[in-house]
Amino acid sequence: MHGSTDSKERTAVSQKPLTISTFGARLSTFAAWLLAVLWIMPLLYAMWAAFHPSEFATKLVLDAPLTFENFIAAWDAAPFASYFLNTTLLVSGILCMQLLVCTLAAYAFARYEFAGKNIMFSLVLIQLMVMPEILIVRNYQTLTKLGLVDTLFGIGLPYFASAFAIFLLRQTFKTIPKELVEAAVMEGASQMQILRHVYVPLAKPVYLAFALVSVSYHWNNFLWPLVVSNSVSSRPLTVGLQVFSSTDQGIDWSIITAATLMTSGPLLIGFLIFQRQFVQSFMRAGIK
Amino acid sequence: MHHHLVRNIYAYLLLLPAFIFLVGFTHYPAIATLLDSFMSTPRAGRSAVFVGMQNYEDMLADPVFWKSVVNNFWFAVATIPVSIALSVGMALWVNDKIAGRSFLRMAYFLPTVLPMIAVANIWIFFYTPGYGLINQIIQGLGFSSQNWLGDPNLVLGSVIVVAIWKEAGFFMIFYLAALQALSPSYKEAAQIEGASPWYFFRRVQWPLLMPTTIFVLVNALINAFRMVDHIIVMTKGGPDNASSLILFYLYEVGFKFWDQGYASVLTIVLLVILAVIGLLQFFILDRRTHY
Repeated sequence: MHGSTDSKERTAVSQKPLTISTFGARLSTFAAWLLAVLWIMPLLYAMWAAFHPSEFATKLVLDAPLTFENFIAAWDAAPFASYFLNTTLLVSGILCMQLLVCTLAAYAFARYEFAGKNIMFSLVLIQLMVMPEILIVRNYQTLTKLGLVDTLFGIGLPYFASAFAIFLLRQTFKTIPKELVEAAVMEGASQMQILRHVYVPLAKPVYLAFALVSVSYHWNNFLWPLVVSNSVSSRPLTVGLQVFSSTDQGIDWSIITAATLMTSGPLLIGFLIFQRQFVQSFMRAGIK
Repeated sequence: MHHHLVRNIYAYLLLLPAFIFLVGFTHYPAIATLLDSFMSTPRAGRSAVFVGMQNYEDMLADPVFWKSVVNNFWFAVATIPVSIALSVGMALWVNDKIAGRSFLRMAYFLPTVLPMIAVANIWIFFYTPGYGLINQIIQGLGFSSQNWLGDPNLVLGSVIVVAIWKEAGFFMIFYLAALQALSPSYKEAAQIEGASPWYFFRRVQWPLLMPTTIFVLVNALINAFRMVDHIIVMTKGGPDNASSLILFYLYEVGFKFWDQGYASVLTIVLLVILAVIGLLQFFILDRRTHY
C-alpha cells in the first residue's frame, strides 16, 4: 500500500521535470545545430565564393550563376599540379617509412627483454612532447649539412620515426595472445615471419587508424615545409597555397577560395566518404 | 647466456632505424640547441664564439619576447577552457539520440581535417574590414565595422577564435570515445532516479571523464605553444607584435633575421615549457591511468 503511493508520488514528481526537460531538450538540440552551422560556415562560404563569379563573393544572391572559372584561374595562376604531386609523394613517403620504422621498433619493445628497455622507451616518448617543428632552427642546420634543403626527402626525414606510432603499435602488439606466438614458434617461424604473419595482420585496424591520422597531419603540415622548401620542385600544397595567396593577386577572394578548396579537396572528399572510419580512427588513436 | 645476448642484439637492431631518426631530429638537436644558446650567431667570416649568458640577457631585455610570452599566455588561457567546454558539449550531443546526429558529428569534426593554412585564408575574409562577413553581420545589427586583424586590441582575440574553432572538434573525439566506453547502467540508474541531465552530467559523467580531461588538457597545452600556422598566414604577428606567439617569434628570429644564437635561447624557452607540461602529465596522468 505504502509502496504504491510512493510510486504514484514519484510519477507525479517526474511529470513536471518532463515538460521542462522536453523544452530543455529542444533548446539543446537547437544549440547543437546552431554550433554546427557556425562550424561549417567557413566551408560553406568558401564553396559559395569559389563556385560563383567574383562580383558575388561578398553578396548572397540566390540566383547567382554557377561557374568553374575561379578554379581554372587558380589552377593556371600557380603550379598546383606540381604541388599536388609533391604533397602526394611526401605524405605517402612519410607514411611508408613510418610504418616500416615504427613497426620494427614497436616489435622490439613489445616482444623482447633487453638492457635499457625502459630508458629507451622514455627516450621515444620525448618526441610526443618535442616535435621536430620545435627544434626547427637546429634541424634546418642538419638538413643544410646533409644537403637536403629544398628537397621532399628533407621535408619528410624528421618524421620517419614517430613516437606516436611506436607507442600505439607497442600497445596493440602487447595484447596479442602468447598462444598465437608460441604456435608460430613451434611451427618453426623466424622472428621476422612471426612479425609479418602474426603481429602485423592482427594490428590492421590500428595501422589504418594511424595511417589516417598521419596522412591528415602531413597533408596539413605547414611550418617545417615552409622553412625547408624554397622552390616549386619541393613545395607541398600548403606552402604553395601560402605563396599563391600572399603574392599580389589584387585580393580576388573567389580565386583564393577556389585554390583553398582545391588544396583541401582530396582530404575533404576522403573525409566525407570515409567519415565513420576517420572519426573511429582518431578515437582509436586517442584511447591510450 | 649466448642466446640471451643474441636476442639483445636482435632487439637493438630492430630499434636502430627508429633511433637514428629520433636521435638525429629530437635528442641531438635539443642538446645542440642548449649549447648554441651560449654561443654567438656565426656571421660571414666569423664563426660562433662562447658568449656565456649574453643571449639570455638579451632575451630578458627584449620587449618583443615578453610581448610574445604574454600573448601566448592569454592565447592558452582563452583557447584551452573554451575549446574543452565546447568539445564536451559536442561530445554529449553527438553521443545522445539527437536529430541529425551524424551531420552534427561531421560538422564539428570538419575543421580538424582541413589544413589550417587553407582555412586561415577564409577566416581572413571573414575578418576583412567593411565587407567581410563578420562586419556585414555586425553592421546589419547597427554596430560599426571593426578591423579585426588590424587592431592591436582585437587581433589576439580574433586568432583565438580561429584556434578554438579548429581544435574543439578534435577534442570532441576523445570525449566521445570516453563517453561510449562508460557503462550504460549509469544512465539507466539516473533515469530511474529522475536525475536531470545537468545533474547527471555534473555528478556522474564529468567526474568519470576526468582522465580524458587531463589527457585533452595536456594536448591543448602543447598545442597552445605549437599552433602558429594561422599566425603566419593571418597576421604575421602584427600589428605591432600584438599577435606574436613564442614559436612564431622563434620562426621570425631564426628564418627572417637569421639570428641563430638568439633563436636557440627561444627554443630553450619552449623546451622548458614543454618539459614542465611533460612533468605535469607524468605526475597527474600517469598516477591515475596505467597503460
